[in-house]
Amino acid sequence: MVELLHQLSSGLALGGVYAITALALVMIFQATQLVNFAQGEMAMFSTYVAWALLQNGWNYWPAFAFTVALSFVGGVVIERAIVRPFAHAPILASVIVFIGLGFIFNALAGFFFGYTVQSFDTPFNGRPWFGAKFMSAHESGAIVVSLIVLALVFAFFRFTPLGLAMRAAAQNPASARLVGVRVGWMLALGWGLAAAIGAIAGMMAAPIVYLDPNMMGGILLYAFAGAVLGGIDNPWGAVLGGFTVGVVENLLGAYVVGTEVKLSVALIIIVGVLVAKPSGLFGRRIVARV
Amino acid sequence: MSALLSVRGLKAFYGPIEALHGVDFEVEQGGVTALLGANGAGKTTTLRALSAMIRREGVIEFRGEPMRARAPEDVARLGVAHVPDGRGTFTDLTVEENLKLGAYIRRDRAKVKTDFERVFGYFPRLAERLRQQAGTLSGGEQQMLAISRALLLAPSLLLLDEPSFGLAPLVVAEIFRILRQINQSEGVSILIVEQNANLALDLATRAYVLETGRVVVGGAAVDIRADDSVRRAYLGY
Repeated sequence: MVELLHQLSSGLALGGVYAITALALVMIFQATQLVNFAQGEMAMFSTYVAWALLQNGWNYWPAFAFTVALSFVGGVVIERAIVRPFAHAPILASVIVFIGLGFIFNALAGFFFGYTVQSFDTPFNGRPWFGAKFMSAHESGAIVVSLIVLALVFAFFRFTPLGLAMRAAAQNPASARLVGVRVGWMLALGWGLAAAIGAIAGMMAAPIVYLDPNMMGGILLYAFAGAVLGGIDNPWGAVLGGFTVGVVENLLGAYVVGTEVKLSVALIIIVGVLVAKPSGLFGRRIVARV
Repeated sequence: MSALLSVRGLKAFYGPIEALHGVDFEVEQGGVTALLGANGAGKTTTLRALSAMIRREGVIEFRGEPMRARAPEDVARLGVAHVPDGRGTFTDLTVEENLKLGAYIRRDRAKVKTDFERVFGYFPRLAERLRQQAGTLSGGEQQMLAISRALLLAPSLLLLDEPSFGLAPLVVAEIFRILRQINQSEGVSILIVEQNANLALDLATRAYVLETGRVVVGGAAVDIRADDSVRRAYLGY
């Protein structure tokens, strides 16, 4: 029983990471109808920045805050400098740009920080929370951090004028411009937010999966499975899908398929959803006239 | 009366194709100008060019100064509110969120609040549907929402693209009654594009008839109305 609870809670901890990564994917997708395949590598690079700060004697939370802020700025700059020029290019060109961006960040991380696996600090040390023996302090902390990120993101989009403008820009850019919304900047802000969320996801995942330039490959795949499962155009669905994939992946890995092949669970989910219900559990069917 | 908007030699392009071939017209301060003409005459294109939604050339003077705005969002910031064809509703957002977006660029919060009340005075039905998704509104209600959203910009010039399109005659009559009120009691100048010439000429002080990207007749609305040959040749009634 304790073993099962333990598997469930580790599933939820990584599920939180998948959920916020899926949310970042959905944010970009809603605005541009494109999946940012570099999301994982950007997050990994951000995590290395935090690691370098920690190595240089920074305390955890200042390093955390600085990394998130820097990632936000980095996301904005990437959108303006690299993504923007391809705004009117065919989809395939953008996809190639994203994949290339991922490789660049992967190589840069290896170049600057090396390919050896590093351990990454967690701010949640010590005894398990609430005396829960089946759950480590970091797992509890990671779940709480994910939930806080989700709450902040939803509050931002729901209750602030800027969040409203970003939703308007994603939904109907032409109309948004007519009421004075600077749609171009909204897209850049979206990239900034997605990069900042990715940095947090990376920093929460690294103590569990350890830090190396390929750490986010699997995570991005699971997050993508979560987003597809929930519906890639529905932020709530993607978040729920992320948590679900986390738990399912852990349980299947522990009891059914074994840890070696559990990454294929993500692929099976993706293929299964796309075959059976392409819009996902909570997504909308989009019908296009061609 | 002086001109609020004065347009000379306006050309507009869709990609490499020139759709307007040098159009001249004016909107007087506090006046209503109607652009009339058949499908494809360039009425909607003219509004799009004014809002910088498409590439344009020519002289556009707004409030006596050349309009330098290069992008729709900058034109909006000059106080030009555009109700586009198809109404431009943010269908997945609520009615209230649509309206808030109308006032997005304004910083005078207290005034925005009273403007909300004023808009609800014109269109009480919107006040009842604040939390509803805008996409679930009827066509008439969406047109009311689009006009309200434009008014919340506190514009000095309102661009209206076929506000009667696809609506029942009773609803159209109500909307035009309110447009007249907005023009007369608030002093908002209007440039309106309409296929329904009769309706538009009722509201307008000036009118221009477009044909394939050129102005063929222009002048006081009463004169256009009275001119039988113009009416028969271009307006078809």
